Amino acid sequence: MATVRVQRDDFDPGAEAEGLARGRKDVGAVASFVGYCRDEGGRLAALELEHYAGMAEEEIARAVGEAEGRWPLLGVAVIHRYGRIAPGERIVFVAVAAAHRGAAFSAAEMLMDYLKTRAPFWKLVIGVDGAFEGWVEAKADDDRSAARWSDAASGP
Amino acid sequence: MPAATETRMKALYFAWVRERVGKAEEELDPPATVATVGDLIAWLSRRGEGYAHAFDKPLAVRAALDRVHARSDALIAGAKEVAFFPPMTGG
Repeated sequence: MATVRVQRDDFDPGAEAEGLARGRKDVGAVASFVGYCRDEGGRLAALELEHYAGMAEEEIARAVGEAEGRWPLLGVAVIHRYGRIAPGERIVFVAVAAAHRGAAFSAAEMLMDYLKTRAPFWKLVIGVDGAFEGWVEAKADDDRSAARWSDAASGP
Repeated sequence: MPAATETRMKALYFAWVRERVGKAEEELDPPATVATVGDLIAWLSRRGEGYAHAFDKPLAVRAALDRVHARSDALIAGAKEVAFFPPMTGG
């Protein structure tokens, strides 16, 4: 059972994570991650997140499918926001439920690495003085992190 | 003689590719000689300065066919929607 949501609105990470375990007796672990907007030392007023509606949901669902094929998961929730997001606000959420913590931690990390490099979202930086500061560039580190999961030698 | 194929497709542009091309989407009707995503990029690059600027470093632009990531050697035949965008920066 996976929940994938791409939305403008904020979300409640506690309620979302708890929702994966509520009413169940087989879940032994829920690992969750929340990504926030940083102010970059006071220079960043906001991020404007652009996304490819339709593909964003589908690509996240494909990543969830890969995680489910890799670990025995009992539930997954992924939420990614778009639109204008100010420093301190939440951007992204991943939570994974499993019988044991290893699968939950690993799947949550894989999903975040895949979101960074494969989900069609782009961040535009808005500066504190309102000046356009440009598109965030993709990081080679993120590509390396995501590549770990496609290396057969690193499989579980 | 290959069968006549419908090559008309919707193109979507995102982030700085959209800004450089100057539009978010349009209908494309490439000639039959345009077979792959890479061919399509080369063909689009000749349509004007904005396109040429958007695709001046072809390796910096990613593509998707019908909402699935596609490499430059992917065949476009049958695709209804093609999208071009920079490397992704979500998460």
